[in-house]
Amino acid sequence: MPRVSLTVNGKAVTADVESRTLLVQFLRENLRLTGTHVGCDTSQCGCCVVHVDGRAVKSCTILVQQAEGADVKTIESLAVGDTLHPMQEAFRQNHGLQCGFCTPGMIMTAVDLVARKGHDLDDKTIREELEGNLCRCTGYHNIVKSIAAGAKAMAATTTAQAAE
Amino acid sequence: MSATGIGAAVRRKEDYRFITGKGQYTDDISRPGQTHIHFLRSPHAHAKITSIDTASAKTMPGVLAVLTGADLAGDKIGNLICGWMIHSKDGTPMKMAPHPAIAHGKACYAGDPVAVVIAETLGQARDAAEKIEVDYEVLPAVVDPAKTQEAGAPQIHEVAPQNTIFQWHLGEAAAVDAAFASAKHVTKLDIVNNRLVPNAMEPRAAIGEYDSGTQNFTLWNTTQNPHVARLVIAAFVGMAPEHKLRVIAPDVGGGFGSKIFIYPEEVVCLWASKKVGRPVKWVCERAEAFLADAHGRDHVTHAELAFGEGGKMTALRAKTIANLGAYMSTFSSSIPTYLYATLLSGQYDLPAIYCEVDAVYTNTVPVDAYRGAGRPEATFVVERLVEVAARELHMDPVELRRKNFVKSFPHQTPVIMNYDVGDYDASMRKAMEIADVNGFAARRREAEKRGKLRGLGYSTYIEACGIAPSQAVGSLGAGVGLWESAEVRVNPTGSVEVLTGSHSHGQGHETTFAQLVSERLGIPIENVSIVHGDTDKVQFGMGTYGSRSGAVGMSAIVKALEKVEAKAKKVASHLMEAAESDIVFKDGQFTVAGTDKSAAWADVALHAYIAHKFTGAQLEPGLKEGAFYDPTNFTFPAGCHICEVEIDPETGSTTIVGWTAVDDFGTIINPMIVEGQVHGGIAQGVGQALMENAVYDKDGQLMSGSFMDYSMPRAENLPPLKIDTTVTPCPGNPLGIKGCGEAGAIAAPAAVINAITDAIRTENLAMPATAPAVWAAVRAAAPALAAE
Amino acid sequence: MYNFTYHRASGLRQATNLLGKLDEAKLLAGGQTLLPTMKQRLAAPANLVDLNKVEGLSGIELQGRALVIGAMTRHAEVASSPVVQQAIPALAHLAGLIGDPAVRHMGTLGGSVANNDPNADYPAACLALAATIITTKRKLIADEFFTGLFETALMPDEIVVKVSFPLPKKAAYEKFRNPASRYALVGVFVAKRPSEIRVAVTGAGTSGVFRVPAFEEALKKRFSPKALDGLGVPADGMSSDIHGGAEYRAHLVGVMAKRAVAAAME
Repeated sequence: MPRVSLTVNGKAVTADVESRTLLVQFLRENLRLTGTHVGCDTSQCGCCVVHVDGRAVKSCTILVQQAEGADVKTIESLAVGDTLHPMQEAFRQNHGLQCGFCTPGMIMTAVDLVARKGHDLDDKTIREELEGNLCRCTGYHNIVKSIAAGAKAMAATTTAQAAE
Repeated sequence: MSATGIGAAVRRKEDYRFITGKGQYTDDISRPGQTHIHFLRSPHAHAKITSIDTASAKTMPGVLAVLTGADLAGDKIGNLICGWMIHSKDGTPMKMAPHPAIAHGKACYAGDPVAVVIAETLGQARDAAEKIEVDYEVLPAVVDPAKTQEAGAPQIHEVAPQNTIFQWHLGEAAAVDAAFASAKHVTKLDIVNNRLVPNAMEPRAAIGEYDSGTQNFTLWNTTQNPHVARLVIAAFVGMAPEHKLRVIAPDVGGGFGSKIFIYPEEVVCLWASKKVGRPVKWVCERAEAFLADAHGRDHVTHAELAFGEGGKMTALRAKTIANLGAYMSTFSSSIPTYLYATLLSGQYDLPAIYCEVDAVYTNTVPVDAYRGAGRPEATFVVERLVEVAARELHMDPVELRRKNFVKSFPHQTPVIMNYDVGDYDASMRKAMEIADVNGFAARRREAEKRGKLRGLGYSTYIEACGIAPSQAVGSLGAGVGLWESAEVRVNPTGSVEVLTGSHSHGQGHETTFAQLVSERLGIPIENVSIVHGDTDKVQFGMGTYGSRSGAVGMSAIVKALEKVEAKAKKVASHLMEAAESDIVFKDGQFTVAGTDKSAAWADVALHAYIAHKFTGAQLEPGLKEGAFYDPTNFTFPAGCHICEVEIDPETGSTTIVGWTAVDDFGTIINPMIVEGQVHGGIAQGVGQALMENAVYDKDGQLMSGSFMDYSMPRAENLPPLKIDTTVTPCPGNPLGIKGCGEAGAIAAPAAVINAITDAIRTENLAMPATAPAVWAAVRAAAPALAAE
Repeated sequence: MYNFTYHRASGLRQATNLLGKLDEAKLLAGGQTLLPTMKQRLAAPANLVDLNKVEGLSGIELQGRALVIGAMTRHAEVASSPVVQQAIPALAHLAGLIGDPAVRHMGTLGGSVANNDPNADYPAACLALAATIITTKRKLIADEFFTGLFETALMPDEIVVKVSFPLPKKAAYEKFRNPASRYALVGVFVAKRPSEIRVAVTGAGTSGVFRVPAFEEALKKRFSPKALDGLGVPADGMSSDIHGGAEYRAHLVGVMAKRAVAAAME
C-alpha cells in the first residue's frame, strides 16, 4: 500500500493507505477525527469541508494522496483549549445550528470565506458563498447571521492580537 | 422570567460539542472488531427473483458472509410492520402485504434489498456484492398512484387486489352533498402534492452488536424513537426479547420523520451481527438514501369548496389517492387519514366536510411521515381552495378568510378535531403589518417597471400536534399509546438528571428541558443534564415527531418535577423541624412560612440521601421521581404566513423576496429555538413548493436519485425571514405549549403557490413551481408576456 | 470506488509516458468530476496519474493579445485573478460560477476542457473566444477540440498544457443554473472579437457545446440584444430532462444570449 505523509491540525502524520482512500476517510477512520462529516456522494453538501494549505476543499472529493505534504486543518483545530474560535462562538450565539451535522463544514467554509472576502460580509455575499453547503434544519437564516457576526468578531480578534 | 428559565433565549447547551467537531453520530462510533455491510438492491422496480448465486461473492477478499432473504426466512426473522390499523369504509381491515427486511422471491421497488455482504471493509463488501448473481424476471411496474388501481395495472401484492390498501372516508357525505346542491359558488381544484425525499443531512446508519456471553443485542441507530424501534424489533420482528435488546440513538443529525420508522437495515445489522459474531456497521450513502429512506407526501387530490351567500363557506369535499409505495412503512397508514383529513377544516368554521382517501401500492419507495405528515397536504388543499375562491369571487383573500375564521372556542369541527383555543385574526393582522401588505401595490408597480411579476400569497394554517391522547388515537387504530415519560433524578449535591422519552435530533431539548427544570427548581441550568436516546437509561418513551416533545414530553417532566418537589418538601420539613404544610419552595429555597428558617435546594437534596433527619418509617431516602403524561387533547398551533415573490417571466424563475410568519405556539420556552424551528420548516416548505420533486420514470426508476438531480433548497433560495408570534396558551397541558416543529413546512407551500399564482394570474400550476413550470404556465396564460 | 493504482507524476514527460504505458489510465487534475464519478463506480480506471505536482502547468499570463492560462490553474485562481478580470472579465465571471467555492479551489481549467461535460462552463468560453488548446503534442482550436458529449480530439496519451484565449473586444457569459447540480442548464457566452462575433452555448445541446450562426450573423450587423429579436434556436437538438424540456432550453438560449449581449455592452 502506498505511504502518505501530511500535517493534520499541526501534527505530522504518516500512514499506509489504499490508493482509493479519500482525505475524509483518512481523517475519520485513520485519525479518528470524526468532526468532518459525509453527507453526500456528489460533492454538494459541504459537510466534509476542511482546509488544505489554507483553502477550503471538500475532503470527500480529494484523495489523501493528493494531500501529500499538505497542511490540513479540520474543525477540531479551531478552538484553542476551551476558547472557541470567533466563528464557532458566533454560530453558538446566533443559533446557527440545530442537528449539528452540517455545522463543521459550514464553519470551515465560513472561516475560508472571511479569509477571501474580508470581515464585512453582506447577506447576499454570504448566501452566494454557501452555494456548496447544504443545511436541512436552519433554513440558513441563522447561519447567514452567524457568519456575518463571526466575520466581524474575527476582525476584532485579529486587531486584538496585533495590538498585543 | 429568569435568565435561564421559561421564555429566555438561552444559548444551547448541546452546541459546544457540535461546533468543535465532538458530536457523536452513529457513524462516528467504531466498535472493536466491527465489520461493514453493503446492501445489494434491486435495480428493477418490479421483478421476480428467480435465483441468487452468492458462491463467487463469498470467495472475495475480506468477505465474512453473504446473506439473502431466504436466510432471513430460514432464521424466522419476522416482517416489518405498519403499526396503525385503518379500516376501509366497508369495514375491512387495510391490506398489509408482507415486508421482509430482505426481499424474498420478489422485489417490489428499485432499491428493495435482495442480498447483503458483510466484509472486513466497506470497499470489500461493495466489491463482493458485484459478484452476486441475481436472476430477475422483470415484471411490468406501476408508479403512478392515479393509475395503479386501474384494471390491468400490474398487481404488486396478492393481498391487495387492484393495489388498493384501503378505501377510507371521514365526515358526512349526505350533509356535504346537500350543501353543495344549494351552493352559490363552488371552487374546484385538482392538486398533486409532490413526492419528497427527506434528506436529513446525516444519512441513516446502524451498528448491530451481539454479545454471545450475555445473549444481549445492542443497536446504535439514527432513530427518533429508540424505544419504539426496540419494541417493534423485539415484538414483531422477533430478533430478541425486549429486555435483551438495547437501542441507542446517539447524536442524530436531523430526522424530519424519516428516522421514526423501523427499516430493514437496522434489523439486518442486528441479525447479521449474530451470524458473523462481530459488530456490523451500515452507513447509508446519499444516493442509497434516496432509495432506502421513506419518502413523503405523494397525494393526488380533487377538492371542492362550496360557498353560500357573501362568501360564507358551507362545505368541503376531497377525494385523495395516497401513494404509500411498495410496502406499508411503520406509520404510513395514519398519515393520509387521521393526520390529513382531520385538518381539512383549516382555521375555518366549515359546517360540513367529507373526505375519501384511497391508499395504494406502487412500485416505488415506501412513503411515510415527513415533516408535517398529512397536515401540509391538508393545508395545501384548504389554503389553495380559499385563495382561488377569493379570486373567483373577486373578494380580498384576507376578508374571505376573516369572514370564515373560527372565532369562538372550543370549536368542534366536522372531522373529529376539537380546537381548544386560538385567535386566527390576531396572527393574520400582525403578519400583514410586518409584511407591509399595504405597500404591496406600490412594490408590484415598481417590479413591473423592471419587467418582473410580483405576487403576494397567504397561508393561514392549522395543525394538530402532540399526536395524543392515547385512548383517542387507540380508538382510531394506533398500535401504541402516545403519552410520554420522564424521570427526574436529583443527586445528593443537588444537580439534576432528567431522563426523557423524547429524543432530540436538532430540536435542542438539552437546553429547553433544562430551562424548565432550572425555573421550577431554582437551580442553575448548568446543574441540569438531559438524558435521552438510550433504552438502558430511559425506561420507555415514545420519541420525537409531530411537534410533541414540548407539549407532551415537557408535560411529563412537569409532572415528575411536581412529585420531586412534594418529596423534597417532606425532607425539608424534617430538616427544619416544621410541618410539611408550612414548607414553601420558591427560587431554590425552602422556607418555613412565617419564620426566617430556610434551607437551600442542595441542602435538602443532600439530606434526602444522607437520611439523618428522618427514619425509614417516616420517609424513604432518596429523591427521584418518574411520571407518564398522557394529554387530554391534541394541541392546535396555527398562524399566518405571507410570502412575496418576484418572477422573471422570461425564464420563469421565482425569487422569494419576502417572508413573514406569525405563529401561535402557545407558551414559548425558548424563542431563539422556536424561531429556528420555524426557519427550518419554511425552508422545507419552500423546497417542496419551488424545487423538490422525486420523479419516477414509467419503469419505476427514480430519476431524481441524487443531489445532482434532486434540488435541495440552498441559502440563495431563501430570503431573510421575518418571524413573530401571538400567544394563546394551550389549555390542555400544564405549560400551555402547542408545538412548533412542523408549522413552517405546513404553512409554506400554499403561501408560495398562492403568491406565484397571484403574480402570474393563472391557477394552473403544480408543485414544484420550477422555472420551466412557471414559464409554461405564464406562456399558457399570457403568451405575449412569455415571448417578450 | 474501485481500487486503482495511484501515480504521482512530477513532470509532463513522465505523465505522458505513464499514460501511454499503463492500462486503463486516467489523468487526475482537480478531480472534482472524476472522483465523484469513481465513487459512484461509474468510472473504473485501473491507474490514476496525478498532475497536481507537475511543475509549470499552472499560471495566468498575458502574452500579447492573448490570455494564456495553464491547465492546472484552479477555477478560484481564474475567478480572482486581477489579470483575468482586466483582460477578459467575462472569463473571470464564468470561472466564479463553476461549482462552489470549495470545488473552485480544486477544479482546473484543463480538467474541465478535457472532460467536455455538455453542461460545463469552460467549453462555452473556449468556443466563443476562439481559444487555442495547447497540448503536449499540438495546438488545437476550440472548434476542432470539442467533438461531442464528453468527447474531445485528445489522443489517449495527450495532455492539455494550457489554453490561450485571444482577447475579445467585448464578452459576457450568462448562465442559467440547473437548480440541483448547479451546472449550466443553459449557458451562453457571447464574444465580440476583432474579426467576428461568436455565440457559444453550453448545457442545452444534445451534442455538447455549439455555436449559433444565426445569432452571430445578426449581432455582426448590430451588436445589441434587439438584434436577436425574433431569432431563436430550434427545440430539435436541445436536450430534454426532468430539469427542463427541449422547448424551454431553446427558449432560454435566446433569453440568455440577449442578456449576455446586454452584459457585454455594459
